[in-house]
Amino acid sequence: MSRKIRVLIAKPGLDGHDRGAKVIARALRDAGMEVIYTGIRQTPDQIANAAIQESVNIVGLSSLSGAHNGLFPKVVHILKEKKADDILVFGGGIIPVDDIPELKKAGIREIFQPGASTEDIIKYIKENIQLE
Amino acid sequence: MAKNIREEMERWEKTTLNKVISKSPEREPSFKTTSHIELKRLYTPLDLAESDYCGELGFPGEFPFTRGVQPTMYRGRFWTMRQYAGFATPEETNKRYKYLLEHGQTGLSVAFDLPTQIGYDSDHPLSDGEVGKVGVAIDSLKDVEILFDGIPLDKVSTSMTINATAAILLAMYIAMAEKQGVKSEVLQGTIQNDILKEYAARGTYIYPPLESMRIVTDIFAFCKDRVPRWNTISISGYHMREAGCTAVQEVAFTLADGIAYVEAAIRAGLDVDSFASRLAFFFCCHNTFIEEVAKFRAARRLWAKIMKERFKAKRDESCMLRFHTQTAGCSLTAQQPDNNVVRVAFQALAAVLGGTQSLHTNSRDEAYALPTEDSVRLALRTQQLIAYESGVADMIDPLGGSYAVEALTDDIEKKSMEYIGKIEAMGGAIKAIESGYIQGEIGESAYQYQKEIETKKRIIVGLNQFQFQEQPLKDILRIKPEVEQYQKEKLARVKKERDNTKVKDTLAVLKKAAQGTDNVVPPILEAAKVYATLGEISDTLREVFGEYRER
Repeated sequence: MSRKIRVLIAKPGLDGHDRGAKVIARALRDAGMEVIYTGIRQTPDQIANAAIQESVNIVGLSSLSGAHNGLFPKVVHILKEKKADDILVFGGGIIPVDDIPELKKAGIREIFQPGASTEDIIKYIKENIQLE
Repeated sequence: MAKNIREEMERWEKTTLNKVISKSPEREPSFKTTSHIELKRLYTPLDLAESDYCGELGFPGEFPFTRGVQPTMYRGRFWTMRQYAGFATPEETNKRYKYLLEHGQTGLSVAFDLPTQIGYDSDHPLSDGEVGKVGVAIDSLKDVEILFDGIPLDKVSTSMTINATAAILLAMYIAMAEKQGVKSEVLQGTIQNDILKEYAARGTYIYPPLESMRIVTDIFAFCKDRVPRWNTISISGYHMREAGCTAVQEVAFTLADGIAYVEAAIRAGLDVDSFASRLAFFFCCHNTFIEEVAKFRAARRLWAKIMKERFKAKRDESCMLRFHTQTAGCSLTAQQPDNNVVRVAFQALAAVLGGTQSLHTNSRDEAYALPTEDSVRLALRTQQLIAYESGVADMIDPLGGSYAVEALTDDIEKKSMEYIGKIEAMGGAIKAIESGYIQGEIGESAYQYQKEIETKKRIIVGLNQFQFQEQPLKDILRIKPEVEQYQKEKLARVKKERDNTKVKDTLAVLKKAAQGTDNVVPPILEAAKVYATLGEISDTLREVFGEYRER
């Protein structure tokens, strides 16, 4: 029996631009994954807790407000604190190239920028999540 | 004559056209607009044969305003060139405003940061990391004083993209103007104040829909006496379009929201002609040029009919759809950002040909960050090129009478009306939003659009075709992290220096008004004047109204 990859798509911070998050949630679903979308205005705590409760394999963070440098690493940090750092975290949105190295250093595995296709994201998740 | 054209057209199809098509078929089996309107190969006088010129098109400045809301349009005065701007502190944004005004901008448009839009002060835990990011941070009247320092509020009109906290920002603006010696009666500008679309897209709501609608109608009532030249709402399709809906959906959802506001105001006891002329609209202008021009014309005609036929408005001004346009942010690509300059130019031209009253042109670098000063100047120059060089502003509605434009105007009006009918059958826009119908429709269109791009059914130059290896744009605007600390310190100073008893008293009056039926705007104004903060005023209303949670 093949299990499905479980993904949490989350909108950290106060940003309400959810077009990208919703399109990606749906594309991942169509690609056969179990997807939970948090809705907007989630704190890093809420996101980490949801990820643990829903026992997802990977979390995708979406932000357009420019608050990613603070918010994305916090999610990774809280997951680590709760000993759930087996859950991978990736991100996307309006994120300047110069911010990417720091975000990666903080444990965000991948950043998708404007123009990335849902196919790229599906491929990335499938390559990085191996279910036993 | 019509018969003759029909016969001639049939002959053309059978002979000249058929000869070519049988050898080399057209690029696509069928051509459709983004709103799924099937386009004819050729539009002719046959498409206008049944149209009643005086009834459906008429003359500029007269019902149904299809050809424009003013009798002279841009021959009298160009549209207002109004660049949406705001970032970091009020001090920095004030400098940007002065820069824009020096470069020929004719009105201001304030972008607020998210905490300001959602009713949190800069020192609130949820504001962490968001202060000054997508707009300017405003905590109290002090910040508004800094923001408009040296800008004559009796001469410049100001548009504010503010919704859930619109009453507070309007109050602070009035209080600031009074300090400049400018009476509220002469102030000109707009507050967006369109809370319904915040539930459908964009998401800066605070209170539940019904309580929010009460604040909206309180603002209408307050302004009709105290700020009569102010646009009390800007009913916005822009954000729904940006969230992914089509041109027809944009018209339909916007006008359905408009109907909900008019109904709410009438229910609150206002006479339709006492407030309707202060309703303004805000649309997006996307890539498909002809469809967009037709969209603006269709929206104007449809709204005029709704106001006259449904709401029995007597004044012509009540039936006028005046609108602001912004070019489509979602059409900008991070790839080959200079291409965006050209996209924006086409979109801006369509908005002008559609008869917009004011215009914001996006900057080439906005797929990366807020725009740099250079990029904003180029975006403003784009408007000036259209105004001063292209010649399109020298006649009214120059595309009027184009077979294609008129046919599409009719199509969009008809399809939008069908959609509005569907929403009405659900109980109106508020119900359609509460049930998630509108959000679902927007999401569906967004997904289809993305799929079209990924399957290359839709070509976006530089994104899914004509790519090349390029270096990402480096020279972008960055908001310094010190902004947050700076705002927090200023806020602490304000709280220390103000009369805290007065703050407590005015907030208590506000709370009572909110609990009862008194208009909440006057007590908000009193609170703002004594430097009650945006967060304190919002919290007072939160205690009474509660908070909305996304379903």
